[in-house]
Amino acid sequence: MTDTPTPTSYTVPGLVPTGPRLITARFDVADGFTYDGYVRTGGYTALRKALTSMTPQQVHDEVRTSEMQGRGGAGFPAGTKWGFLPPDVFPRYLVINGDESEPGTYKDRMLMELDPHQLIEGVVIAAYAIGAAQAFLYVRGEMALAQERLAQALNDAYANGLVGRNILGTDFSVDVTLTWGAGAYIVGEETALIESLEGERGMPRLKPPFFPAAKGLYMQPTIVNNVETLSNVPWIINESGQAFHDLGAPTSTGMRMFAVSGHVNRPGVFEVPNGITTFRMLFEAPEYCGGVRHGRSVKAFIPGGASAMWFFDEHLDLPLDKPTVDQAGSMLGSGAIVVMDDRTDMVAACWRVVRFFARESCGKCTPCREGTTWLERILKRMLDGHGRADDLATLLDVCESISPGLAWPPRQTTICPLGPSAVSPIASAVRRFQHEFEHYVQHGRPIDGVERHAIHGAGAHV
Amino acid sequence: MPRLTDANVTIAKEIIGRYPRPKSALIPILHLAQEQDGYVSEDAMRHIAELLGITPAEVYGTATFYEMFKFEPVGRYCINVCTNISCQLLGAWELLEHAEHHLGIKAGSTTDDGMFTIEDVECIAACTEAPALQVNYRYRYRVTHAEFDLLIADLRAGGLADEIPPHGTLARVRQRTPQNWADTGRTAQAEVDAR
Ligand SMILES: Cc1cc2nc3c(=O)[nH]c(=O)nc-3n(C[C@H](O)[C@H](O)[C@H](O)COP(=O)(O)O)c2cc1C
Ligand code: SF4
Ligand code: FES
Repeated sequence: MTDTPTPTSYTVPGLVPTGPRLITARFDVADGFTYDGYVRTGGYTALRKALTSMTPQQVHDEVRTSEMQGRGGAGFPAGTKWGFLPPDVFPRYLVINGDESEPGTYKDRMLMELDPHQLIEGVVIAAYAIGAAQAFLYVRGEMALAQERLAQALNDAYANGLVGRNILGTDFSVDVTLTWGAGAYIVGEETALIESLEGERGMPRLKPPFFPAAKGLYMQPTIVNNVETLSNVPWIINESGQAFHDLGAPTSTGMRMFAVSGHVNRPGVFEVPNGITTFRMLFEAPEYCGGVRHGRSVKAFIPGGASAMWFFDEHLDLPLDKPTVDQAGSMLGSGAIVVMDDRTDMVAACWRVVRFFARESCGKCTPCREGTTWLERILKRMLDGHGRADDLATLLDVCESISPGLAWPPRQTTICPLGPSAVSPIASAVRRFQHEFEHYVQHGRPIDGVERHAIHGAGAHV
Repeated sequence: MPRLTDANVTIAKEIIGRYPRPKSALIPILHLAQEQDGYVSEDAMRHIAELLGITPAEVYGTATFYEMFKFEPVGRYCINVCTNISCQLLGAWELLEHAEHHLGIKAGSTTDDGMFTIEDVECIAACTEAPALQVNYRYRYRVTHAEFDLLIADLRAGGLADEIPPHGTLARVRQRTPQNWADTGRTAQAEVDAR
């Protein structure tokens, strides 16, 4: 369903094939998600190599050498994380985070739907490296097709002796259990995911002491990794950690999937080298977004999902690698770029992101539970034309009590980073576009020249 | 009000067997109940409590945290329109307004004939395909108003029954417990318990 032109070469909605492709290559193969399609295109060779010619330590070393940063949000190097497991404490678990729900993010679902075996292969190799006998693949509840494809893929992988007991005739055994959530963004946070996997309400645990590597699932050592992170593992084993390290930027290695959405001519998901600039993806390279719609300019963009601080046109040339983006005051997060053109109503955009956090707050800490709701109500009041003279001050005051100093990285009065995430859009938008908020308060409507949305009803609590 | 059928009890037991601790099977089994009845009934929750050896209050406590579980019947087709940022930028609110007008109901409610429920939802991971929606968690991308009307007509006429099962059914393929299931789950738990 489309009313904007889409190049016919897209075989998958959203995916733009271009450049070297480590984990998206099979998306073009019509039956790439099936067992036969996967094996025909080189699937499960890495698993065979790892299990029959490498020790767990050697596998771990390759991943360490790759310096691959986790793709779930925090960007912590996977090899280092695996090294945090206390030696000799068993059982230990591997948990795969397929809960993808950070606004703007679209890539894990694609990997699960279109190349489920690649993920399973990565999971079994990772379990071998860390010595886990059981892994739990936690898929977001709302992703019916991903669940279906993974269930089928697991059944086929089991039937072919690639998961389960004595894999490929070796003495390594691991069970992979497909499990799923039921609609709660916070469950993407690793300790909340573990709670959910224990059958509880998905509320985060306090870190420390509950770092999953030390005290995770059932209080046992647990590694939680993102779907995209583990999908890269077969390539690393086939081609070597050094080959991965040679791609991308030295400080953020490898390729990475970015979803670019919003006001661009060709929104899409791209597997690009880390360190590429947003400018290149938006304007320069013909294979990507093809510019901003109607030849307009960029007013703001979110570089790493709704939790990230916003960037502006002066940031278009920043290389998208972790230290650069961190230093510029935001984060790469989950590889989600949302582009807003010069006709965007900043108050409305800000409100929509804040409403998300207000709705998804798990309610465990007061500053987050109460604060996000307050923020949402004040912004909605402004949008509805009933803003009050002191609303802007109150907004900032509430932000301050959720995240003192409005600094980056955010300081936290809460158990997890969700509360402070709700502050990001406000801190970003108010700093740059304060006059738009003031205009709403004074005139009950946006400044001239911005596009209005038919926002109706629905506040935080519906 | 319905308890789980015998066939579903068999499936539930198989699911329980995959986890070191029974309570971990709670969310998957709640989905099973919702698949059976289209929503999660009180009797089903009591039955699940019995199966897992926990209290009905514990089942209810977990179930109510998660948005997908419905405790009253909803439409045969739940239409979730994403209004989050990427979709808002590309006309999601206008699409939602159109949907409400077309079906004559407000977001959060169900048509009188029990066919359709509309909801205004958070990001569904299809942001590059905005505005996006799901019907019973199956996607539709870059939806125009005309396409929305066609979708409703198709659903009414039963033309999409193969692709989109009634509300409550997610994956139509279940993970099987194979012959060579390593049984590490329970041995792992036994190790923990032995300490
Ligand atoms: C509020 C919140 C939501 C998160 N949601 C996700 C998610 O949907 N998927 C994900 O992989 N990581 C998510 N994370 C990050 C996880 O806590 C964890 O860092 C990650 O899964 C680790 O995997 P990685 O090291 O491979 O990136 C979230 C974190 C927070 C604080
Ligand atoms: S910060 Fe918000 S989401 Fe995180 S634990 Fe506290 S209340 Fe829950
Ligand atoms: S914002 Fe609508 S699908 Fe992500």
